[in-house]
Amino acid sequence: MHKEFIPSAFLGAALALTLALSGLSHAQMTDYEENPRLGMEAHISGITGHAAAAETNYRRYCTGCHGDLGDGEGENAQWIDPKPRNFTLGQFKCRSTPTGTLPTDEDLYTTIGRGLTNSNMPQWLPLTTHEKVDLVAYVKHFSPHFATEKPGTPINVPPEPEVTADRIKAGQAVFQRLECWKCHGVTGRGNGPSAETLTDNQNRPIKPFDFHDVTRFKCGTTDQDLYKIFMTGLDGTPMPSFADSVKPDEAWNLVFYLRTLQPMNSREKQIAKQLGLKPINPNAAPAGAAPQPQAEQQQPLQQQPQPQQQQPPPSR
Amino acid sequence: MVSLRRNLLRSAIFLLALSVPPAHAIPAFARKYGLRCSACHVAWPVLNDFGWRFKDNGYQLMNDRDAPIWQHPSYWPVTFRITPNWHLEKTNKVSVDVGGGVNNGQVGTTQHGFDLSGLDILTGGTLEKNISFLLTPSSDNTGAFHFESAWVRLDNLFHSPWLNFRFGKFELDNFISEKRTLTLSAVGGIYQLYHFVPPNDVNTFGQIGDNQLGLEWQGHSFNDRTRLSAALFSSNDGNVNLQNANAYSGFLHISEAFDLGGLGQQRVGAYYFIGQAPTYSLTSAGVPIPGSSLGNKSFNREGFWGDFFIYKFEVPVYFQHGSDNPHFAITPPGATSPPTPANVPLPPGARAPTWNGVFIEPRFVVNPQLVLFHRTEIVRMSQQALHGFFPSNLGDLNVYTLGYRWYPIMTSRVGFAFHNEYSRIMQRSAAPDSTDLTSSSIFVGFDFAF
Repeated sequence: MHKEFIPSAFLGAALALTLALSGLSHAQMTDYEENPRLGMEAHISGITGHAAAAETNYRRYCTGCHGDLGDGEGENAQWIDPKPRNFTLGQFKCRSTPTGTLPTDEDLYTTIGRGLTNSNMPQWLPLTTHEKVDLVAYVKHFSPHFATEKPGTPINVPPEPEVTADRIKAGQAVFQRLECWKCHGVTGRGNGPSAETLTDNQNRPIKPFDFHDVTRFKCGTTDQDLYKIFMTGLDGTPMPSFADSVKPDEAWNLVFYLRTLQPMNSREKQIAKQLGLKPINPNAAPAGAAPQPQAEQQQPLQQQPQPQQQQPPPSR
Repeated sequence: MVSLRRNLLRSAIFLLALSVPPAHAIPAFARKYGLRCSACHVAWPVLNDFGWRFKDNGYQLMNDRDAPIWQHPSYWPVTFRITPNWHLEKTNKVSVDVGGGVNNGQVGTTQHGFDLSGLDILTGGTLEKNISFLLTPSSDNTGAFHFESAWVRLDNLFHSPWLNFRFGKFELDNFISEKRTLTLSAVGGIYQLYHFVPPNDVNTFGQIGDNQLGLEWQGHSFNDRTRLSAALFSSNDGNVNLQNANAYSGFLHISEAFDLGGLGQQRVGAYYFIGQAPTYSLTSAGVPIPGSSLGNKSFNREGFWGDFFIYKFEVPVYFQHGSDNPHFAITPPGATSPPTPANVPLPPGARAPTWNGVFIEPRFVVNPQLVLFHRTEIVRMSQQALHGFFPSNLGDLNVYTLGYRWYPIMTSRVGFAFHNEYSRIMQRSAAPDSTDLTSSSIFVGFDFAF
């Protein structure tokens, strides 16, 4: 055997196999590649993301949970709680826009980088800005809504007032009046009387947020993030928007009260301790129409928020 | 000189035989978090930036579900990895006995056949939120086990990603990790630079590629773009029982990542490895007394590296300058091998053996299920231990590796790859007849972890 035969044969075989395997690997991509919406774009801080450029990264990072078709039916979905988002519905929890509207590109971009606490969605921080913007475009391409509708206008978050004892007490009153306790429990542990009955927009069981467990909220860590959560709602979950039933000042009071339920030693918690603040008494709750959890069924996406239906119980 | 070359050849063959290092790719993590291998690996076992952040956070995604209490009680964080394979090993010149057993001939040899790699049993994860661990019983292909890794790490102390302390036996903080290299063959399975020892040198304690026993501080920015680490460890190359008592080494490493437009994340770094090792021991009846090692002499390796992305094309580059104290490489009068004890004067012309090396390892990730790779590695002696005694190029290395890995399945449960690789090493003046010694490997195997 010629001494160079083996390397040459190896290289030749490797090249042939490479071409064959490349074809096989490519063939494993599913027909989502044929989606005409792959021309979808996203725009963040002067960077334009292209859905077509994110195919590989979506397959690398996202398919396992969200599925090739973006329907939330990846191979891991059956094991995950809460379930992965179904992108085809165009409904997203974390938005700066009113309930029932599409999120902005910035909202989706922030969610990818921040992750969703208490879920399997990690922080994809190490991805480059370009990669994340491309992925935003790719996420959008799954839903026809993004092709025909504009995102909602981000809500206005007024300046945060100074936290005071009166505001915390007022926030507790809001917590009782809105019947937040029905889902989140009187102490905010996510164990209210309705907790076991809640379902998401695909009729899957979903648990309310437990304020005592974690320092971060589903859609952020700041007071502004918390303010936005109950003023925009978490679409696709029973947590509604209270934008039409709570004034901005009341919303800030509620923010301050909810901070007292969290595990970290915050200014709000110190004040609550000085006040000797006790959990609410549900029996003393003010009379009001019974709230109705929303989004228990898949509903068509609407451009404008629905008129508020009383005070639905919040969930995560 | 002939004896030296025979030793070099034996060492080379020995190193080649043991060269495939235990590699880390841990489907147990994928199962825990429901993520595919590709989420953390460019192509497993090579980590991507997300995987590095996961590792640097103490095997945590920082999603408040990292503590084991969140796992189903039946979850067991264990992964096995082994690679059944066929491989061919060819060497151009090997000393043979001729004419009544006198070892004065040389032939080329070719061996091939079906074989097994060693087995890695990787168990790692979190003991509690911000307390991570890794235990890796690892065997060679005969089933002889040792502990490749065994450490506990306190992560994010005081809620700071800059305060992480690891204690035990661990891999040095090499961003271009030999434990996660794509290559598997006998020749190409290791980075030669991570294990390089100059001709006649017996200092085996400066091997960056070997896991070490010690303590490490590691810190990183929240997004892991900036990474710093410092390790202090015993100068025993990871071996137990205080073989080199009272001698320590240190390893410093810093790196910074940055985006380059849409090309991807680029990273550059630098490292410094400095240490001491003994040159002799007290003896009793001619037998070294354990723990009585004396006469520490120093060694160092330093360099810089980069990991560059151009879309699907990744190009890691690594440079090293190394130097050992001449006591490690010079045979004292009346002895048959080094080192020269520190209390024995060196002969005239003694100098620190010094070398420079570089490797470049471009990879083309066709898609998450197919990666093509190549490596060129070059080591050049810039100064031999004894001026004029050794050929100036003795110990120089050229290594070329080429191959691909195809992952027919890609799930969050197991890793499975078809691996095909060719590698060739040329060692200058190392053959029995003082010409170049060349060895090559062809490796075909199924690499799987579950």
